[in-house]
Amino acid sequence: MHVFQTLRGRTRARLRATPRDLVFEGLSAFTALSVVGLLVLITVILYLAAAESIRTYGFGFLSGSVWDSVSQRFGAAPFIYGMLVTSALALLLGVPVSLGIAIFLSELSPPWLRIPLTFIVELLAAVPSVVYGLWGIFVLGPAMRVYIEPGVQAVLGFLPPFQGHPIGSDVFTAGVILAIMIIPTISAVSREALLAVPDSQREAALSLGATRWETTRLGVLRYARAGIFGAAILGLGRAVGETMAVTMTIGNRAAFFGSLFEPGQTIASQIASRWLDAVPPLELGALIQLGLVLMLVSLFINLFARLMVGRFLRVGEGAE
Amino acid sequence: MATTEEMEKLQRARPGRGRLLIVVAVLVIAVALIAVAVYAGWLFPSGSPKAKTALNGAGATFPCPLITAWSSEFVNVTRAPTTPGPQVTVNYNCVGSGAGITQITSKTVDFAGTDAPLKSSERSAAPGLLHIPETIGAVTASYSVVELSTGIKLRGYTLAEIFRGTITQWNSPNISADNTGIPLPARAIQVVHRSDSSGTTFVFTSFLHLANPWWNVSLVGKAINWPVGIGAQGNAGVAGKIQTTPDAIGYVELAYTVQNNMKVAQIKNHDGQWTTPTLATTAAAAAALTSPPSPGGDWADVSILDQPGATSYPIATLTYLLVYKELNVLTTMDQTKAQALVDFLWWAVHGGQDLSEALTYPKLAAGLVTLDEGAIRSITFNGQTLHS
Repeated sequence: MHVFQTLRGRTRARLRATPRDLVFEGLSAFTALSVVGLLVLITVILYLAAAESIRTYGFGFLSGSVWDSVSQRFGAAPFIYGMLVTSALALLLGVPVSLGIAIFLSELSPPWLRIPLTFIVELLAAVPSVVYGLWGIFVLGPAMRVYIEPGVQAVLGFLPPFQGHPIGSDVFTAGVILAIMIIPTISAVSREALLAVPDSQREAALSLGATRWETTRLGVLRYARAGIFGAAILGLGRAVGETMAVTMTIGNRAAFFGSLFEPGQTIASQIASRWLDAVPPLELGALIQLGLVLMLVSLFINLFARLMVGRFLRVGEGAE
Repeated sequence: MATTEEMEKLQRARPGRGRLLIVVAVLVIAVALIAVAVYAGWLFPSGSPKAKTALNGAGATFPCPLITAWSSEFVNVTRAPTTPGPQVTVNYNCVGSGAGITQITSKTVDFAGTDAPLKSSERSAAPGLLHIPETIGAVTASYSVVELSTGIKLRGYTLAEIFRGTITQWNSPNISADNTGIPLPARAIQVVHRSDSSGTTFVFTSFLHLANPWWNVSLVGKAINWPVGIGAQGNAGVAGKIQTTPDAIGYVELAYTVQNNMKVAQIKNHDGQWTTPTLATTAAAAAALTSPPSPGGDWADVSILDQPGATSYPIATLTYLLVYKELNVLTTMDQTKAQALVDFLWWAVHGGQDLSEALTYPKLAAGLVTLDEGAIRSITFNGQTLHS
């Protein structure tokens, strides 16, 4: 009945389209299309600004391992590497914690705790990244150096990534900061995914004699895995592009690192620390080319996420 | 049809609330506007009304606190009814030397600040720019070793080896040779350097180049490919990183080490004396500068690194304001603004210098003030000099 009325209303509105309606339709279409236009414009402008660097280095830019402003040699490989390692570390540390939060909030939490806890977790997402960076410099960094990194080293020190002298402003610290920053995103989205699981799933599992853990694992997590995967990818998107907090904690060293306890650099943090005084055309162009690389990486992450979520959804439907 | 009735009901009901909302909004905006107007002095101007003009500058971050202090003081000076001319606001955007040079070259600012003098390519891109040294900077080697008090002795050669990564322990023979009787710990040195592009890095690496033959010109610049170390952003970032990392050493502008009460090394100067970085030793280095070029000349090779003189601190630098000799090349310039700019520059190298020491900048030596006076006198607008 209700749907029918709205539909009828819509048809009538189209039939009697007043100038006002036309303006409204035009404006909203314009705002929607302007996003597409903006993306194209940004890409074109970035490409033009990076033209000099692209001409000079071409694809060798991606594999170049030196960033030297004095001799004007620029390569992106250490930053791509740094970005991949920090983001992977952030996901590795952040996803299990986020899942724990999401499961507790949707499945286990007593109702009186649910709302304040949700609110606090989401508040973490509202903290500006520069504040995370400050906290990273003055609280987390020293704590990492004195307690956490030596502790990790005592257990895993036989592996090369955990060797060396912990300094507190290194790749590991940046990974931990990123993990903390993506937890609110991942936990909020996966909580939504878990809440969207119909209760019939839980009831079915329980009626078969499943324990709470088995219910959650078989009935809920499996059903919601597309949503959880999407949540993790959203988190990855944030980790890849995060700038301020990383540049304040990673130690800003434009070179490859063998250990997580060495300073490194990501694409975003390199742009942030160098753009201010970069000399046009070559160094500035190289920085902008870095920006293009970052845009492409983000694009691929999103495409990949779409594909994977789509695949999971189909599998999920089939299982149903 | 029920929907139409509802719509009518809504239309009847809404306006009342809507009107109230509009009235409240208008009231709030009006009150805010009046408050702003009173605060800004549009409604009740205090004293006699004075014309206003603004000067825009951009550039080096090193003199940023000083120029900001000048700008707020110069408003007071020019606001006074006894001062002829308009009230002058000076806006200085601390975006870095490189950005400052770019902006003055494209003529989007009235003056620029830079730590490194113009290279010949930059000079030919912006002909007619004058170098006006406005203050002096010193770069310290600052460290955080618990056992050590301030003033350990590091010669330039040793400093370069530390930043090269060949001296890695605090108790290495090179360091202990100059510091007999001081208990140097057997721990690793943590090197901290700037991650952004900076005049401070240019000065420091230029000094290392002078002091150690290994440190070649490919490692001299505003941002270099450091052999070792942690990078941090800005002087404040490096200072913070040194203070929070044990056994660290880094290079920081003098002002930051004084404000943060940091430990700084004594450096061996040209005369073989160990000198502590202070305002006095920095000023001494600037005073030792002999036969500077003319303000409109080529300053590219001017340096006050490693100057002779028993008290000259060896890692010092001049920092410059860049101004066009003929101001009509700036499209936004007019007679009033040109006069205001020249008055500001004159005041900055005279009265403004009294603000320096409180902000940990040395005062300009008399010789440099004379040089600046000549430069400011030579500035013209449409061929007319502005300061006699």
